[in-house]
Amino acid sequence: MRTAELVMALCLAAFSAYLMIKSAELPIGWIPGEGPGGGAFPFWLGAVMMLCCASTLYKWYRRSSPQSLSSEPYMDKDTLRMFITIGGSLTVMIGAIHFIGVYFSLPLFLMFYLRFLGRHSWPLVAGVAIITPVFTFFFFEIALLKTLPKGFTEPLFYPLYDIFL
Amino acid sequence: MEILNLLVGGFAVAFEPLNLGLVIFGCTVGLFIGAMPGLGSVNGVAILLPMTFLVPPTSAVIFLAAIYYGAMYGGAISSIMLGIPGASTAVATTFDGRPLALKGHADKALIAAAVASFVGGTISVILFTAFAPPLAEVALAFGPPEGFALMIMAFATFVGLGGDDVAKTLFSICIGLALSAVGLDIISGEPRLIFFDLPGFFHGINFLVLAIGIYGIGEMLWTVEVSKGNVEMSKATVSVARLITALKEISKTWKTMLMGSFLGYFVGILPAAGATPGALMAYGIAKSTAKDPDSFGKGNIAGVVAPESANNAASTGSMLPMLTLGIPGSPTTAILLGGMVIWGLEPGPLLFINHTEFVWGLIASLYAANLFALLINIAFIPAFIMVLKMPFTILAPIIFSLCVVGGYVPTQDMHDVWLMLIFGIVGYLMRKLDYPLAPAVLAIVLGPIAEPAMRQSLIGSHGDVMIFFNRPIAGTIMVIAILLLLMPVFKMIRDRYKSKPGPGQPV
Repeated sequence: MRTAELVMALCLAAFSAYLMIKSAELPIGWIPGEGPGGGAFPFWLGAVMMLCCASTLYKWYRRSSPQSLSSEPYMDKDTLRMFITIGGSLTVMIGAIHFIGVYFSLPLFLMFYLRFLGRHSWPLVAGVAIITPVFTFFFFEIALLKTLPKGFTEPLFYPLYDIFL
Repeated sequence: MEILNLLVGGFAVAFEPLNLGLVIFGCTVGLFIGAMPGLGSVNGVAILLPMTFLVPPTSAVIFLAAIYYGAMYGGAISSIMLGIPGASTAVATTFDGRPLALKGHADKALIAAAVASFVGGTISVILFTAFAPPLAEVALAFGPPEGFALMIMAFATFVGLGGDDVAKTLFSICIGLALSAVGLDIISGEPRLIFFDLPGFFHGINFLVLAIGIYGIGEMLWTVEVSKGNVEMSKATVSVARLITALKEISKTWKTMLMGSFLGYFVGILPAAGATPGALMAYGIAKSTAKDPDSFGKGNIAGVVAPESANNAASTGSMLPMLTLGIPGSPTTAILLGGMVIWGLEPGPLLFINHTEFVWGLIASLYAANLFALLINIAFIPAFIMVLKMPFTILAPIIFSLCVVGGYVPTQDMHDVWLMLIFGIVGYLMRKLDYPLAPAVLAIVLGPIAEPAMRQSLIGSHGDVMIFFNRPIAGTIMVIAILLLLMPVFKMIRDRYKSKPGPGQPV
């Protein structure tokens, strides 16, 4: 936990610094008669964020915050495994949307999760993996007219567009 | 009298078939969401908001408000049956609800929670009806300086009363505001904060991307971690005879109910407080004023009644500043506010003049939602108990899928889906280190309103900062905000002079 507190504060401080640099691309000073320039608002927010991180780091050094005293692991083995599997499968799923589209990526993700993490029976897995995308299609594409990304599988949907739209 | 006329008009809107249907549907969905361990109103509203683009804006807001209401009722169900709070707002309900269930009185606890929620909800909606119009009238005189001062006060309440680490709270507020500044500079129109020069940042960061990331993906990761291992489910036997004896016993706690309702309502109005501390405070007061404080925590029915009446009252209370001033009182109302801005129903005093029908329709729908939530809750207790048996490994992937689709729909840009995933994962990691995340969500919703208000004020005053202090209303609010910001310093000094540390703030 102690290390995690340190690493998180450092990462957030780095982000604050990046934010300040990025804001400085616009005027951050006081424009006479008009008030702050376009970059001032985020620039000073970044500065306050930096101070907050500094305070967290100081408490870490002094060992005066609960996290900096805790010797409990930030993530135990089970949690870490869960975090990597779920986070990883989500990343793969979202990445795959660019290529095979939502309607192939989602069922694959659902199948993976239900079968390998949930150990559910195949009929249930198949049921959820089919109903979720079908519902999504009718709800978003037909009712809301919001097209979801389909990657190279787009031509497969032309007949469906012809029928429903 | 005028208020009654407006309310009657509101009921005409609320009882339109579509709206009434959505109230009932929303209550049911909300009850289910609330009943699931870990999921509460804020998660339901964030994940389902993209789906409400299907219906007209008024109906969409009514639907979301009904979910909010239903989830407040439903939170008690898993608190009592599993001992796991259905949402953070129902934490206090576990203290006595769980012992009651373990003693075989689960039905009594569930009914007490439903009745208390109903009383809390009804009292607070009546208070809401009475307070909203005059407050909106006062707020009509507000200009950009007052608006900005109010937002500063909202953020200051988080620092002063939030009870979390001050530096981490402040960080959360600032990062939310900074993320809201991404896109085009509102005054000069120049591109601003285009991180890594990715074109996806030109259209800014939609508040839903952060809200779904944190309350959808982050929350699910959190829940999967917390709900590891097996939990024991209590049994509930329901019969009419038991229902009547239970109601008799519950009716004896009317004083506690009234106390919880009023307390919850006023705590709910404060921006940082909301339903969770409201419920904890009501529990504390019920315990300390009881004749038999020792029986609390061992299954005292008043220990269920107090927090449940308070959390429902608080959820209505938090709608008051959101609708009249445009300052949300809770994360859920912050997301509602963001949604309303998308639909062109910008909250604030003008809403009461320009969209009278919508405002009163919404208020009337709260009365209806309250009643339906009670009826559905009591009639379908067995169904909700079945939901609790549903394994989380089925629910979680479906919710992840909804998050991905819901994150894509508002802007139709894959860039936002990636961003949502990052927010979800980073949010989860930050939450593990006790960074509060609600302030960030509030800030990203308020940021696009706060920055123009500040800069317009300053342009109006030719760059004179004193404009925020010279005007009587803005000045008063600013002074309160500064006092709230200094609260942690006062506390530190007090603690240093006292040998004994003060009582801990409920988180």
